Amino acid sequence: MPNTHAGADMGIGAETDDPLVREHRIKQQAAQELRRDAVVRIVRQTVTFVVFLGLLAGLYTGYKAFGQAIDDRQHDWAVVGSVLPRTDDLNMPPVGEIFGQFLETPGGQNQIYVKILFDEALFTLREAFAGFMVGLVIGMAIALALAQWRRIEQGLLPYVIASQTIPLIAIAPIIVIWGRKNFDVFPWEWQDWMSVSIIATYLTFFPVAVNGLRGLQSPRPENQELMDSYAANWVQTLWRLRLPASLPYLFAALKIAATASIVGAIVGEISSGVEGGLGRRILREAFNYTTGPDRLFASVLGAAVLGIFVFLVVTGVERLVVGRQDRGATA
Amino acid sequence: MNAIDIRGATKVFNPGKSNQVEALAEIDLAVEPGEFITLIGPSGCGKSTLLRLIASLISPSTGTVQVNAKPAEQARLDRDYGMAFQTAGLFDWRTVTKNIELPLELMGWSKGNRRRRAAEMLELVKLSDFSKHHPSELSGGMQQRVAIARALAFSPSLLLMDEPFGALDEMTREHMQDELLRIWKETGTTVVFVTHSIPEAVYLSTRVVVMSPRPGTIASTIGVGLGDRSAATRDDPAFFRKVTEVRTALRKVEE
Repeated sequence: MPNTHAGADMGIGAETDDPLVREHRIKQQAAQELRRDAVVRIVRQTVTFVVFLGLLAGLYTGYKAFGQAIDDRQHDWAVVGSVLPRTDDLNMPPVGEIFGQFLETPGGQNQIYVKILFDEALFTLREAFAGFMVGLVIGMAIALALAQWRRIEQGLLPYVIASQTIPLIAIAPIIVIWGRKNFDVFPWEWQDWMSVSIIATYLTFFPVAVNGLRGLQSPRPENQELMDSYAANWVQTLWRLRLPASLPYLFAALKIAATASIVGAIVGEISSGVEGGLGRRILREAFNYTTGPDRLFASVLGAAVLGIFVFLVVTGVERLVVGRQDRGATA
Repeated sequence: MNAIDIRGATKVFNPGKSNQVEALAEIDLAVEPGEFITLIGPSGCGKSTLLRLIASLISPSTGTVQVNAKPAEQARLDRDYGMAFQTAGLFDWRTVTKNIELPLELMGWSKGNRRRRAAEMLELVKLSDFSKHHPSELSGGMQQRVAIARALAFSPSLLLMDEPFGALDEMTREHMQDELLRIWKETGTTVVFVTHSIPEAVYLSTRVVVMSPRPGTIASTIGVGLGDRSAATRDDPAFFRKVTEVRTALRKVEE
């Protein structure tokens, strides 16, 4: 048996007269370099992120110093304070004070602010996660139905799109009221945070449905013919071809959906008055702005961190599930 | 018993509509077991359509298509044939081994048997070292070899190939032709091969079927009879005479 070497080890330089195998060796070396590049890339991304944050803080502080310097000389300068935001501590609390706020204990509380924000972020995360999961299921169900029946696709898709034009702030209180009065069909006791989850679901299902549909329809005609040639049934074709082929599209949607579910939960809390989460926190700090502007900035930062967190979680799951495929595609 | 028996098969796409196309008219073709048949003709002559009729991926408008003495539809359900396409059509998310195992999974083979057979097939196409690689890590020629291994994994008696080497460069292509002939001889599979390359058709087949377009019909069939192929065959005057014969037949078709 010429050309076959023992085991999976194919050391570079082994004897072969097969031009395809030789060509592969060259690709193999290139792939190794790519893997090295991946480590470099992660380090570079982290450094870039830190530098970016530093730059933002620097810009903020620099602009503030610039505005104050002008303020000292000439009280009503045309641009700063009229077109651009005013730079006094009420409008732009110093970066140090915003971050310092995290470690302070607000009056009437027995915990430092960052711990309070953390607990409230968990509350909001629970709402968002429940909504996200339900939205994922509903979105995939819609995508499957649309992929299966073209007629439905043409008829239903406009309504799916139209659903996203309804302002959330308007429907959030309605859902909370319905939840308190009408949702006793569920075997568990309906809680207000579940109503907020519905709002998160509302934002989540849409990108999943649209991208899921694109993904399910992404296999090439030959791939479908291949499955037909094996006399594969609908479930086998779905499980072995359409679903795996849809994953890269689906994860693109899930990244949007995950951050949208956080936005949905925060907006839902704000407009429905549900207590305990970051949305409610932001609303309260906005009311108390004049006495503690740095706390509003800090709570908004908390919301941003939560959004970045769920994005990173989805990206991590994507690496686990389709990482190999992705790397191959870029190689 | 013929491996393939086509009688009076026609195919009309979109019948009765404004975009009606008469793709095939009155095809009669019989293929014996173990033959290597090439379908060749100008684009639009319906050679891919004919291949898909045999595969029962589409059904004839009139006439009958039989594979292994049963209706083509039944042959497909019985998994009597394996198929390879112009693009290798491997699933990127599966390793080479798992790609070859795909038909075996669908046929309910046990995991151990699947592994064993995939290893055998990889040996047949000389890719044992690449079992754990993903398709995107392989060159185009290697991907096609995996596709052939996949098509042959469940030992079908018939192999249907739709311009499988069309996207490969000339050197790789000739290499793949030799590989295919070796596999054909080792397995004894009947092969129906669609191509638009005259030398490829002559080099590979026992019989070349020349088709004419609009609507697709069989213009002539040319027996090749060059015996065992080798590198010398490509420079053999007998090879060139056959190439000329097929080219002449194709010229007539184009007129």
